[in-house]
Amino acid sequence: MALYLLRRLMQSGFVLVAMSLLVFLGVYAIGDPIEILISPDADQIEKERAIRALGLDLPLWQQYLVFVGKALQGDLGRSFVFNEPAIQLILQRMPATLELAFGSMFLSILIGLPLGLYAGLRPNRALSKGIMAGSILGFSLPTFWVGLMLIMIFAVQLGWLPSTGRGETALLFGIPWSFLTLDGLSHILLPAINLSLFKISLVIRLTRAGVRETMLMDYVKFARAKGLSPFRVTFVHVFKNIMIPVVTVVGLELGGTIAFSVVTESVFAWPGMGKLIIDSINVLDRPVIVAYLMMIVLMFIIINLAVDILYTVLDPRVRLEAKA
Amino acid sequence: MSATVVAPQVETPFRRFVSEFSASPLAVGGLVVFVIIALVAILAPWIAPQNPYDLAVLDIMDGRLEPGSVGGSGITHWLGTDDQGRDMLSGIMYGLRISLVVGVGSALIACLVGASLGLLAAYAGGRTDTMIMRLVDLQLSFPTILAALMILAFLGKGIFNVVIALVIVEWAYYARTVRGSALVERRREYIEAAVCLALPTRRILFNHLLPNCLPPLIVVGTMQIARAIALEATLSFLGLGVPITEPSLGLLIANGYEYMLSGKYWISFYPGIALLITIVAINLMGDQMRDVLNPRLKK
Repeated sequence: MALYLLRRLMQSGFVLVAMSLLVFLGVYAIGDPIEILISPDADQIEKERAIRALGLDLPLWQQYLVFVGKALQGDLGRSFVFNEPAIQLILQRMPATLELAFGSMFLSILIGLPLGLYAGLRPNRALSKGIMAGSILGFSLPTFWVGLMLIMIFAVQLGWLPSTGRGETALLFGIPWSFLTLDGLSHILLPAINLSLFKISLVIRLTRAGVRETMLMDYVKFARAKGLSPFRVTFVHVFKNIMIPVVTVVGLELGGTIAFSVVTESVFAWPGMGKLIIDSINVLDRPVIVAYLMMIVLMFIIINLAVDILYTVLDPRVRLEAKA
Repeated sequence: MSATVVAPQVETPFRRFVSEFSASPLAVGGLVVFVIIALVAILAPWIAPQNPYDLAVLDIMDGRLEPGSVGGSGITHWLGTDDQGRDMLSGIMYGLRISLVVGVGSALIACLVGASLGLLAAYAGGRTDTMIMRLVDLQLSFPTILAALMILAFLGKGIFNVVIALVIVEWAYYARTVRGSALVERRREYIEAAVCLALPTRRILFNHLLPNCLPPLIVVGTMQIARAIALEATLSFLGLGVPITEPSLGLLIANGYEYMLSGKYWISFYPGIALLITIVAINLMGDQMRDVLNPRLKK
């Protein structure tokens, strides 16, 4: 286990280095770093001073080391627009995005699991076929368009729910959260549903496939033969085993959810990291772009690592393989 | 399909594919709809009521007309007009052109790049294989939207840049698929025979190995076209995709976004429906193809 962890950590470290190199090259080699890092309003003298101050007269590999050194100290430049450290800007917006992402994951399990279970246990009912057809739609529908339709129906036509913003927030650990107030909850509902559509479909399909496969296993037959109640067979014997792929995939989806919240946040004007990056790209606030990319890469590496570790804990077969 | 009615003919893999594919009415429906959409896109300049790019025919007084109303130029706008008085039906027809070109084009290029690398990985093995597959793993561990966002943040807007971004995002799926089936195929006798005949490697790869890896590649390719179209629309909606001068469906939807809150739904709604029908049609075809071409599901 320790060896496996160590090897996995080394892999993650390698990916982080590779991605930092990519982002660095993207900013410094593809674009003009002077244009990217120095405000366009600066005059010639300011520019030259900044070039020296930023070390842009050094060879590329030295510049990379300086970039990494600063990044390790949490310095990824200052935003042109807000004139604040880019990292700080992103950290301020992170709770809103995380709240939305976890909210949508919660919804996807809450809705997807029962539907998938039903479709798996009663595959030939019309309702099950309807659920499966609906899940194809969930995969096909472009998120942003569904978001617009949700706004059109529930905010504009029916006027039930607000369409933009976070609403009222309450402080917890010094951070404002929307899910702690009723107004905030009404604001988060539409974006969370929008973001969860894809994952609901995914959970439905995974659960259904898992249930159908597991029901044929010998241990399920045996449990039935022992005379256990169908309820116990389903929820203890079958459920436990289908949870492994579902937990893994949903866990892996956390990263994707955070990434895709870019779209949902833009549609619902949800003030999270995703909206920040789109706004930053549109006004070419490059330090924020670089900082966002580095942060999200780091986040991804951590999520992938966590899911892998969780997987070894949940599934003994993986543990044995790692030992061998 | 008529070939299958006189079935006792020699059964070729293609005929079998056609007959099994047409067993699903949904898939055939998807195919028909897709062909119609493609025809509309190709013929747009001749069948659209208006040229939406020709500023001379646009009248700002016709802006934001409701569906079915008649504009100043005497054209009936069946799907309404947008804020610049552009006929939505024409806009959608032209938008489909761009969406389809970007989607199909990027999927084809990605297929070319990915399939070549996948074949190489499977055939060469060893260090080449490890390197290519590590790259695939890395690519697949990041969500597509994020990678595309990153690339467009560096390169800037434009149709060409969107295609580049989509290719970079998609190639890994093809590479993994082709490698998987090529690994199985390369152990077969016919490859051994080809190697014994001392055929050039390129010939073995492309004339012997590739044709036998095609079925899964076709399935992935079909699904990826739908994904590419959706992703392009998303990127354009976010303002990172195609430029305003060449509006795809995504951009049309984005244009209508601000009017949606005041109840003028049609500017966003109808391009979205067109996008939806296109994607669903492709996915229905892909779904059936996957079932037909997957040997594991064969009884």
